[in-house]
Amino acid sequence: MATAADLDALIACPQCDALHTAVEPAMGERATCNRCGTVLIAPRRGAFLRVIALAVAIVILMLGATFFPFLRVNVAGMKHASSVFDAALAFMDGGIMIGLSVAVAALIVLIPVLRAALVIYVLAPLTLGRPPLPGAVPAFRLSEDLRPWSMAEIFVIGVAVALVKVSDMARVDYGPAFWMFAALVVVSVLKDTMMCKWTIWRALDPTVRS
Amino acid sequence: MARARSHRPILTARDGGLVGCTRCTRVWPLGTSVCRRCGTPLESRRWSSLQRVWAWWIVGFVCYIPANLYPMLRTRVLFRVTEDTIIGGAIELASHGAYGIAVVILVASVLIPIGKFAAIAFLALSLHRPGLLDNHGRHKLYEVVEFIGRWSMIDVFVVAILSALVQLNVVAAINPGPAALTFALSVVFTMLSAQSFDPRLIWDAEDRARA
Ligand SMILES: [Zn+2]
Ligand SMILES: [Zn+2]
Repeated sequence: MATAADLDALIACPQCDALHTAVEPAMGERATCNRCGTVLIAPRRGAFLRVIALAVAIVILMLGATFFPFLRVNVAGMKHASSVFDAALAFMDGGIMIGLSVAVAALIVLIPVLRAALVIYVLAPLTLGRPPLPGAVPAFRLSEDLRPWSMAEIFVIGVAVALVKVSDMARVDYGPAFWMFAALVVVSVLKDTMMCKWTIWRALDPTVRS
Repeated sequence: MARARSHRPILTARDGGLVGCTRCTRVWPLGTSVCRRCGTPLESRRWSSLQRVWAWWIVGFVCYIPANLYPMLRTRVLFRVTEDTIIGGAIELASHGAYGIAVVILVASVLIPIGKFAAIAFLALSLHRPGLLDNHGRHKLYEVVEFIGRWSMIDVFVVAILSALVQLNVVAAINPGPAALTFALSVVFTMLSAQSFDPRLIWDAEDRARA
């Protein structure tokens, strides 16, 4: 009968179920599945600390990006500035459209910030060499579940399309929040590529304490 | 690039009497119900998930139809009101010479959703009748569907931004149409449909052939 410790040395590919012996590759290299090529382990040196720094940057940038003016439109002397928050509230006027407002606010503001906060909560004690905080496992699970629903980068492309659409009827200026939001997208991508899920789950594993 | 060492010929966790966690890749003896590392319920193969795949697929498809028939945007310039559907909006853009953006909208709102419906249906059906596309091909297709589905949200965000930005009293105003809601729902439901699919089922066909 294999013990939990023996099984810890094995990895099943989440995409194709192929069984591998977990061999941690050198820092900066990636271990991929032999059958389907899915990346299984991708450790980076000092990754936890960098991920935390990037997550803090995301929270700060998002606070700024949400409430500072995002775009300013100018039609025949009439001016109107709007923040990211206004964009989310655009569907607020009519009935069931309110649901869409809430969803847009969640997709572009709340979920990205929540994911950053959860990652800080999970990784901060680990970088200090402490045991994980209570609830770290469900917190990281939630953060991973929310990954596809964090749509800041898609919103940025949406902004580009919207600007072309209004360009023949109005002049549009970028506010400070626009640049903050653009920076936030870059930082989010960096953060997600830095994170090796396997390393984090192993560090959180209550059955492996080494 | 280092590769995790593998048992050859390819042995699956199920062959080894184990069940793998799809979230944290930890393996447990077959029959374990919850992963003790990350708390995810364990199932060697989620055959039941196919029902969920189809259920979300159908709701998503039902929402996609009105999304194309009703207007996405209501634009009022002075007293002239125009309504644009998804395709109408793209044609309008192209007629103004903004071909690049028209293509972005058509790809995100028409090509990706329809391609996704077709791809998910194909993947689900091919589990019973493999052969048209090999496992690697189908797995690639699944990865593309997973990656690209979210990008259909672009048009919803465009509507949100335009509606927030262009509110200039009597001069001009842009407001969302009902299609914005059904289109957003359609994107969400198809994302859920793709997420319900268990890619491990794709690879089992090869194992059956070998056995
Ligand atoms: Zn694999
Ligand atoms: Zn697990």
